[in-house]
Amino acid sequence: MKAAVIVFPGSNCDRDVSVALEHATGHKPAMVWHRDSDLPQVDLIVVPGGFSYGDYLRSGAMAAQSPVMREVVARAKSGTRVLGICNGFQILTEAKLLPGALMRNAGLKFLCRTVDLRVENADSAFTAGYAKDQLIRLPVAHHDGNYFADADTLARIEDNGMVAFRYVTPDGAIDASGNPNGSANAVAGLFNEGRTVLGLMPHPERAAEPLHGNTDGKPLLDGLVEALS
Amino acid sequence: MKANVHVTLKRGVLDPQGKAIGHALQSLGFDGVDDVRQGKFIELELAETDQDAARAAVEAMCQKLLANTVIEDYRIDFVG
Repeated sequence: MKAAVIVFPGSNCDRDVSVALEHATGHKPAMVWHRDSDLPQVDLIVVPGGFSYGDYLRSGAMAAQSPVMREVVARAKSGTRVLGICNGFQILTEAKLLPGALMRNAGLKFLCRTVDLRVENADSAFTAGYAKDQLIRLPVAHHDGNYFADADTLARIEDNGMVAFRYVTPDGAIDASGNPNGSANAVAGLFNEGRTVLGLMPHPERAAEPLHGNTDGKPLLDGLVEALS
Repeated sequence: MKANVHVTLKRGVLDPQGKAIGHALQSLGFDGVDDVRQGKFIELELAETDQDAARAAVEAMCQKLLANTVIEDYRIDFVG
């Protein structure tokens, strides 16, 4: 599997995800600067976490308009897998590759902790390494992770199995206590309709090595390698 | 020509920052504030002198970048 990681001014998880991809695939991904519009031919494009453009205007708004994102959108439309993590998820919604928006956390505070998640749909290249309804734990670190979409969009998302991960309590229940940021339908990770694009607020690349103290993010990367190699 | 753009969260979209401001006003003793909605104010200095053309351009700017119409409404006012 060949991968590319997009780097914006203010990205700060680009190297973490690069290391995680290198460990999963055996070779370094291409690092593509945001001003470049020539993106190498790859199987997976990662839009990493961070604070691209200082979160000016809205998180992800400026990055979504950058030259490289025009190419990412074109590739996504032709079926290339695109993974957006944290700020990457925000960028993918701003670029309209995923429906809805990520708003300020309902509690207004920046959240930095490990959350409980349930795998809602294991039928994708991104989630094939998990079982449906599997409970996992991944770290989150965000201020704007409160997923919002209007009622019609939420119905479409649910009807099409587009929710990849949901925030849950440690025993797997969906309620307010298990939802750290107020996300609609407890959405933590979302596919496009074809399940070729995934955006998620939690950070699988920060839970991919025994040294991290948690390897629950590793099946996401390993599943991608298996599906795309 | 100068355009002022106000961007606010849509009605029906929860505005937790507006709510926090409302609570703070209440705790300062400002009674009678029923609701607070906060947003952004953007000033644009435009070379365009025709107001209709300017409005069309600023509309496009709002749709494309200045507002996220999934969650936000915008209002454009021309001054001067």
